[in-house]
Parts: sequence; C-alpha cells; structure tokens
Amino acid sequence: MPQIFSKNANGVARFVIWGSCAVLLIAAAIGIILPRSDLLTGVGEPLAQPVPFSHKHHVGQLGIDCRYCHNGVETSSSAGLPATEVCMTCHSQLFTNADMLAPVRASLASGKPIEWQRVNSVPDFVFFNHAIHINKGVACETCHGEVDQMPLTMRAHTLNMEWCLGCHRNPGPNLRPPQDVLMMHWQPPANIDEIRRQLIGVLDIHPETMTDCYVCHR
Amino acid sequence: MSAIADDRPGSAIDIEALRKRLAHGGEIWRSLDEIAGTAEFRRFVEAEFPTIAEHLPAKPSRRTLLKLMGASLSLAGLAACSRAESIVPYVRQPEILIPGKPVYYATTLSGDGFGIGAIVESHEGRPTKVEGNPDHPASRGATDAVMQAAVLTLFDPDRSRTPLKDGRPASYGDFLKDMAALVSRWAASQGQGGALLVEATTSPTLAAQLDALKARYPRLKIYRHDPLATPAAHTLFGSPLAPIYRFDRAETIVSLDADFLGEGPGRLAYARDFAARRRVRDPSDRMSRLYAVESTPTITGAAADHRLAIKPSEVESVAAGLNAALTGQAGESGSPIDQAWMRALVDDLSAAGRNALVIAGSHQSAFVQATALSVNAKLGALGNTVELIEPPDALQVDGDLAALCEAIGHGAIDTVAVLGANPLHTAPTRLDVRKAFSSLKLLVHHGLYRDETAFLAHWHVPAVHELESWSDIRAYDGTASLVQPLIKPLYDGKSMHELLAVLGGEFETDPLSLVRQHWAALDDDGWKKALRDGIVSKSAARPVSVTVPQDLGGLRPKAKAGNGIEIRFVADPWLRDGRFANASWLQELPRPLTKIVWGNAALVSPATAERLKIGNGEVINIASNGADIDAPAWIVPGHPDETITLSFGFGRKVGSVAALSEGYDAFHLRRGSEWVATGVAIARHNSSMRVITTQQHQAMEGRAIVRHAPLEAFRQDPHFVRKDAPPSPKETLYPGWRYDQEAWAMAIDLSACIGCMACVSACQAENNIAPVGPEECERGHEMHWLRVDRYYAGPLDAPETFFQPVPCMHCEKAPCEVVCPVNATVHTHDGLNAQVYNRCIGTRYCSQNCPYKVRRFNFLDHQSFDKDEAGPEQGVHNPNVSVRSRGVMEKCTYCVQRISAKRIQAQIENRDIADGEVVTACQQACPTQAITFGDRNKKDAKVVREKSAPQNYALLEELNTRPRTTYLGKISNPNGRLAKPSEAIDG
Repeated sequence: MPQIFSKNANGVARFVIWGSCAVLLIAAAIGIILPRSDLLTGVGEPLAQPVPFSHKHHVGQLGIDCRYCHNGVETSSSAGLPATEVCMTCHSQLFTNADMLAPVRASLASGKPIEWQRVNSVPDFVFFNHAIHINKGVACETCHGEVDQMPLTMRAHTLNMEWCLGCHRNPGPNLRPPQDVLMMHWQPPANIDEIRRQLIGVLDIHPETMTDCYVCHR
Repeated sequence: MSAIADDRPGSAIDIEALRKRLAHGGEIWRSLDEIAGTAEFRRFVEAEFPTIAEHLPAKPSRRTLLKLMGASLSLAGLAACSRAESIVPYVRQPEILIPGKPVYYATTLSGDGFGIGAIVESHEGRPTKVEGNPDHPASRGATDAVMQAAVLTLFDPDRSRTPLKDGRPASYGDFLKDMAALVSRWAASQGQGGALLVEATTSPTLAAQLDALKARYPRLKIYRHDPLATPAAHTLFGSPLAPIYRFDRAETIVSLDADFLGEGPGRLAYARDFAARRRVRDPSDRMSRLYAVESTPTITGAAADHRLAIKPSEVESVAAGLNAALTGQAGESGSPIDQAWMRALVDDLSAAGRNALVIAGSHQSAFVQATALSVNAKLGALGNTVELIEPPDALQVDGDLAALCEAIGHGAIDTVAVLGANPLHTAPTRLDVRKAFSSLKLLVHHGLYRDETAFLAHWHVPAVHELESWSDIRAYDGTASLVQPLIKPLYDGKSMHELLAVLGGEFETDPLSLVRQHWAALDDDGWKKALRDGIVSKSAARPVSVTVPQDLGGLRPKAKAGNGIEIRFVADPWLRDGRFANASWLQELPRPLTKIVWGNAALVSPATAERLKIGNGEVINIASNGADIDAPAWIVPGHPDETITLSFGFGRKVGSVAALSEGYDAFHLRRGSEWVATGVAIARHNSSMRVITTQQHQAMEGRAIVRHAPLEAFRQDPHFVRKDAPPSPKETLYPGWRYDQEAWAMAIDLSACIGCMACVSACQAENNIAPVGPEECERGHEMHWLRVDRYYAGPLDAPETFFQPVPCMHCEKAPCEVVCPVNATVHTHDGLNAQVYNRCIGTRYCSQNCPYKVRRFNFLDHQSFDKDEAGPEQGVHNPNVSVRSRGVMEKCTYCVQRISAKRIQAQIENRDIADGEVVTACQQACPTQAITFGDRNKKDAKVVREKSAPQNYALLEELNTRPRTTYLGKISNPNGRLAKPSEAIDG
C-alpha cells in the first residue's frame, strides 16, 4: 500500500501543532498584557483640556496646597474640582489677559462651567471615597503619581480592580503618617516598616474587611 | 397573582366549601385561591419566576418601560474604560456644598392640603430622597408611601412645561398681558363676574392672599372644590371643629368607620402613638385595645383586636346603639351589633373612663361625629384623649363646585381661575362642569399637569412642584411650617401665591417674598429657625372647650336604608383623587389589603360574591343614581356583605404612566360629595378583566410564617412563638464565619406593623428600584426588594389580618451564596449577603435556592443608561446606589450604602459606629417604628434588646439558615369575653 502522506507531511504537521500552540500563547499573552498596557489604560497619556492647566506650575513651582482646589478631599467621597471662582481668585490679578485663560474668564462672565476632561476615572459601579484614604494615610501621590511633574495631568496608574486590590489586600506598603499624605516626593524614614506596623493599629485599619465587595460596589 | 378569569365567568372558587373548611381552624392563608388550591395559584407558586417561558421579550416595548423611569446617574457614562467623560465643576460653589456630600433641608409636603414635615436629601442641588422630620408633629420622623414619591413626581417628564393658551403653547408674558386686562376690568367692576376655585388648603399665606383679593374686589367669589373633603367633621353644634386624638393616652379605642392609621392628616402621628401603647416585650406590659366597626376593609381594621364589618348605612345605628348602651338606655332593636359585643365594648369603655376614645370616621355624618363626641364627653375623655381645635383648613368661601356651576349657569360668573384642582375629572356626575366651564369668557387653570381642565381652559399656567416652591402650610394640629424649595423650578412653573399676586395686580413678585411678607412677625433669626427646624414654633392650635348638648344638637340618625347593595367610596391610598396617577412608584405599590397594582377593582365580600355568582376579575356593571360603570370584581375576605368598595384615583389616561394603568373611574358614580351610595344595582357581564395583584407572588407554602397570640396567651407562655416550632439543627455544612466587627441585624415587630407600605416605597426611592409596569407585575416580576405579605387567619367572612414585611433575611448560613457559579453573591465580614451586580451573569441559581424568595431579577432593561435618552427622570436616582441593568439579580442590601457612609465617617473619626447611627430606609420611614436595625455584637444595642424579647423568632428556623432579620410575633389584645374560635385554638 502506498503511503498517503509524503515524508515532508511530518514537517507540516509539526508546524501546525506547534504553530497553533504558539498562536494560542501569543493570543493569551496579548489578552493579558493589552488591557493592562498604557495603550488601553491611558496611563501616561495627557488629555487635551479646555485650559491647559499645569499641575507642574501650580504645585511643583508655586507650591499651592492640593486642598486649595480639591477642597472635598478630606471630608467627601469626591475630592472636587475647583469652581471657576477659585481659579479667578488668583487670575483676576495674575495673567489677567492671557489667551490661555480666556475660557476661565468666559466661564465666570457667562456663568457656564468649564468642562474638564476626566483623567482619573473608575466605572460607575465603583464607589471610591477620597476622604477615607486621605484620613488613613494613603497619599495623593500613591494613586495620582507625581502630579507636580505633570505639565498636563495624566493618569499615573491603571486604577483597575487588580491595582486597587493590591493595596486593599496589603495596605501596609502604601501607608504613611496621615500628616504627610499631601506631601510630594515623600521620603520614608529609616524605620518606616515599624511605623507602618504601628499605623495599621493606630488608624484601626482592618485589611481582612477591605476586600469585601461592598467596600467599593454598592 | 394575575387573576385573569379567562373564559370562565362566574365564581371559579367554591366559596361555601372554603367557608366550611376555615370555620374551625386557626389556619393562616394568603388568598382565596390559595386555600382553594386553584391551578392558577399552583402555577404561581411552583414557578420561581412565574411565566417567564411564556413571554420573553415582553410586549411592552422598551420605550414603554423607559417611560416608567429613567436612567443611569447623570454624572458619568456607562463604560468602564470610557475616557471621553467630562467633569463639570461649579462656577460659584455654594459655601455649604461639598460635591459628594448630601445636604438636607427641612420642608413640608402636603397631603390633602395638610402639611407633613419632611427632611429632603439633596445631592448637588438635586433632591433624591424624602425623610420625615422628627420635629414636625404630623411626621415625628416618619413618612408615608406617597411622600416618598414626591421626588419622582418632581422629575416627571409629563409635567406641564409651558403655559398654554387655548391649548397651544404660549409665553408667560402673554399670560400676564391678558391678566393685566382682567385686573383692570375687575378693578373697575370690583371683581364682578369673577370667581376663584381653590382646593383644600391650610396655607396661611394663601388665606391672607385670598382675603386681600376679597378686599380688593368685593364682588369676587371664592369657591372650594375638594373631592376628598369630609365636610361633616367640620361643623359640630354650629361651630367648625376638628378633633385631635391622643392615642398615647388611650386605653380602649372604638373606631366608628375611622381609618385613623391610613387616612387623615394626622395618620403618621396617630400610628406612632397607637403602636407605642401596644408595644409588649414582657408579660407585665400593658396594651391598649382597639374595636373597629367599619364599612370597608382598612388597615385600621386589620390592626384591631375586634373588628366588625357592617354596611355603610348601619354605622349611624351602631353609633346610636353605643350612645344608648352607655347611658343605660335600652339598645335599639335591629342594631347590626350583637348585644354581647356591645356590652363587652361598653364595659371596656366605661372601665377605661377618661382614657377611652371613640373616633368617628371623618367622612361620617354629623350625627356619628356628634355621638362620638358625646360619648367621649360622657366618659370624661374629652380634653384627655380627644381635643377639639378650630380646623386648620377653615377658609371663608362662597360655596363648592356645585354653587360655582349654578352661578355660571345664572350668568353671574363669567371668569374663573382654577387653582390646582382638576374639576373636570373629579366633579360629581350631576354637574356638567364641561358645559358650565365652556360657557365662560375666561377660564384660567393652574396645575402641575396638562389635565382635563387644562385643555379646556383659555389659559393654563404650569404650577411649581412642592419641592420647587416657597409656601407655608399647617399640620393636622394647626402647627404651621414653611415649604422651601429644594431646586429651582425645572419648567418655570409658578406658585399659587404668584398667581394670586398676579390676580391682585402685582405682576412682578418673587415667590419667597410673598411668603416672607406674611410671616413678617418672625424676625430674620426666627425665620431662619423656622426654615431649619421645619416648623414655626408654638404655632399649634389651642384646644377649644365645647359643651356637648344632651340632645346632640337635634341630630338624628337618618332613616334606615333598605336592604339593597351599597357603595362605599374610598380614595385610593396612593393616587388619592387621581393626582398622583402618573407616579409609577405609586401605581406599582401594592394596596395594603388587596395587593392590587396598576388598577383598581370593585371589592366585594365572599358572601356577596357567592350570592351574585361573581368571581375574581369578572366584570360587573354597577349602576347608581342613573349612572353606571363597569368594573372587575375582587373578593376580599372580611369585606362587609352587600357592600361594594369603589376607589377614586383611577380611570384617568392623562400622562404616559397613568395611561398604562387600568381600572374604572369611580367619580362617574358619585352624585355629590358623598362617601356612600345606596340603591345600587349590580349586573353581571359575561366577560372578565385582569386585576393584577402581587398577593401570591413568592408564597410561603403555609408554614409557620406569621406567629401570633392574644395578650393573655402571651402572659401564660411568653415563648409562644416556640410552640410547635420544628427544632432547628445545630450542625451545618456551610462555611463558618466570624463576625469580629459589626454584625448587622434587623428585628421587625409584627405587632407594630400596620401594613401601610411606607417602607416599601422608601426602599424603592432609596435603592433606585425600577418600576416594571403592569405586564411585568402580572408575571410576578415586580422588583420591590421589600414586600409586605398579607395573611388571613380564621373564618372566611371575618378573618384576622396580618402583615409581614419581608426584606432579605441576610442569613449567616446563606443558601444563595454557595450556589453562585461566579461568586457574585458573597458573605461580608459583618454578615451581609452582598450582591455584586457587575459580577452577576444572571443564572438565577441564588434566587432558586433562597427559601424566602427575596431576590429580584432584572428580566428587562428597566432603566436607560443613555443620559440623553433618559430624560429628567434620571434625576431621582440615589447617586450612592448602582443602577442595575438587564440580566442582573438584585436584593435588599440592608441599605449598604448607608452602612458604608456611616462606617467611613466613624473610621475617619477613628471610633466605633454608634448604635442607632445606621438607619435603613425602611426603618426610617416606618411610622410605628416596627423595624429596628443595628449591630448585634453591641450588647446594649436596641436591636439586641428587641431580639431578646420572648416572642422573637426567625422565619423557617428549621432550615438552619440563621437569618439576621427576625420577627417579633404579633400580640393582640382581644377581650376575653369575645374570644373567637381561631384565637381559642391558637392561644
């Protein structure tokens, strides 16, 4: 009986078998890597804003406190964005004719608010609360990155569930004394591990309850 | 169940057989179909979600459902990774407002013209939730079901948005021009030919404005049209009087057809005091006793220890008999009341003396009112349990709608301004209002909706919603309070005060200053205090003293009516005269006793149904006084025989939600302002109409669900709830949980629950629960997380009625949790059975495995997530609760958003959550404080005290689910001399 497959069919078969394994692996890798990549999470990509507001200038160079503009951060779920009036407290005196600030002046004159593009967002079914994080020693910097280095604000972390849970499972490494939470480029002291251990107790943090679904989803 | 009587007219249920079966036992049953074991009932009980296979997708289009209620939160779009989202900060941020933190304002909502204090929660200027104002005498911290829907009607897209001239949109400026012409005409003629038609109102500002108008135009006439008015209560012995009851002092209460728990402006306060006197935790505690004589089943009758159902025309003879028996005269022969009953009643009343209380229904005749007053006076109760004040709604008027129509007919009136009322819908049949109004030179209508009257009017001006307006109002006891706006008028509506100012020639007014002017006596601090507190302090009416004449001022009972069938009219508990017909929450809220939704039915007793051979859902023709309507019949156990209860509020098709509802318009049968009609003819049709009720959805198969005992039995055996209860096993296969921090738990006192449904409505408002529409309700797909089950016990014709609110039990060994394939329902550290919507894939295994049937599934997308499509009604959503989409299971969360908010606050302050800090929506709304919630791990918590009461029991303990929600068995206080067979067996 003659052979049905020629000898080089072995090669084809090997190629198909190994090839499909490889394709599956690559597909899986892409499936895992792509949603976490900056391309889809938007990390590191500044958004165009109606006014090119620079945190680098206001925070890094002028040293304005975060709470001057984000005044709900210690008490409310929402940190809050400054009202046009807050911008104009300074800009009624400084750069009063700058073209860049025209939308701000227009907003105050017309009473129509400025529509900023949201940079850091979580889905609607996630109920994030700023106040509790700030009060329990999680710094602005921890989630929002080095804002004082950003000419245009961009997302510093993915803010996906995996990332949130990393800290909710083990908050210790991200804690600092609450009085330092607004500080940028904070340098931990030498005995930071000891401090963090104490903070968990002093601040009454219960990591075992922090992964309950309803902590974020209601 | 959805009782479609199909092609089987006539009684599908053999009532005689049921009666025999129920005659002896203390069996508890939910409905006639259940005890009869009809196929329909079996079908409902056996299906987890009945009839899902039959219809999917449903007939109501998605658009219809969208009409029902809105969409997602307006703050953000849907997509998780959407990045084209904007944040819109304020231009000038109000000082007190921090985004993300709600602000609360005290205001007052009106019910039939009387004020009930409210605290309204506002999120960034958007009112989302109504709570009661603890400082307000008519609220005492509680709300009713209708108040909860105020936020829904505020955002109702069907509200009138522009003025109409001859039915066409016009500008308010043009309206003012026309009014300027009218004002100058009236100024010249002293208001000759002009009339105002007002509703029931207690607003001091409005009364002053009307007085000012009368002074300005002496010939102007003012008429009042209030279809739900109860005029007899207002004139006793020649002077207008309104009674105020003190249930906190009452030991023996007799209700003469008075639904004091469900109707009337003082109902919430009365319910609170009534329940407080019946709170038994220890065998040595005392309880008040309520005898109810009533002509239609009410929640007051359901709460009574002794209830007697009689025909409406017999109430007068009962009152006369009571009066006679108390004064020792011979009882009138032919009294509908059994002599033994009357003797027991009179002895109880005499024993209670000044702590007795006899209440006449406010719709009752002057004779019954006077008799009640006289009996109270004889017992010494006048001034103790009942006080009389001048009615807060007293208004000097020239007559009612009939007088107005007559004056129009004579040509004496040619211009009418209708303020708020909708006489074209609510007028008595003998008046041809349309004809009268059509002959007018000018008809101005002011109202929330473009209703029947609006389209007839030459001018229609949209009214402001009460959450948008400045006003003032008085409570049942005369306490004045202010109404302050929570939001700027959405559709440029005008308040009644502005309109009256316009008629008085003031065209440029601001609604605040009109009210502020009236309260000029309050300095700025006093005004601010009144706004903040929600009441004007020390403004309650002073009791007036009255001497009751021996002969009752010459009042006599009317001659006895014949033996014919009588009609008892009632206002729908939620829709009232139809004004709330476009509120989907209220349409879909089951009526307390019948559990009917999205329509009404003609209620009859089993015996009458048997005699007339009519069955549930069968259409009958009801003719009275030359008019007739067709209505589906509905058999209600305990309904008085030879009487039909018809409710107002339905039959209107104005508004997209109202158009979905079914039912008849009982105003077609009303001659005048009467609440009873005699000489009624009934004819059977060989057809049927659907009546949608939720009474058999999620039935509990007749296990020991409701446990109850008379007070005497409780004293002998405080642990009566344990009697015959199957032992619950101790071992379990479920995971063991430790509750090191809080352990949230709830106790529901069945003795206190009056079945008023406020909790269900509050839950709906708090938790963004979607109304689903009549078709979905018919299939058993209603979404209420909390239901109030109604059970009957005992004989068919005079059963006892029980209510049982059933939220999620939050089992410690939860059957739902272990079957979820995707871990979407999980146990939390504090013992909640949390539902994670974004994980849920809709297998419904959890619901299948839940023994209490408290889970609800979104079969359809009931809310739109497109904020442009969703319209204004999305504004009603609570921003702290996810809006659920199709294919997702949902359930009671113990208001986890409230727990979280308080936990975060406590954590920020580095302290424990205090007892009483977390209040669930149902608990907060409850007028009788039947619901207690708290941390079971706190030894001194109120919920722990409640649960340690001897009558505390868990539902289906034998399943060992260890529910966190438990019940306190119902204790009633019947008179031992009148023991009923069912009690003898139960006790």
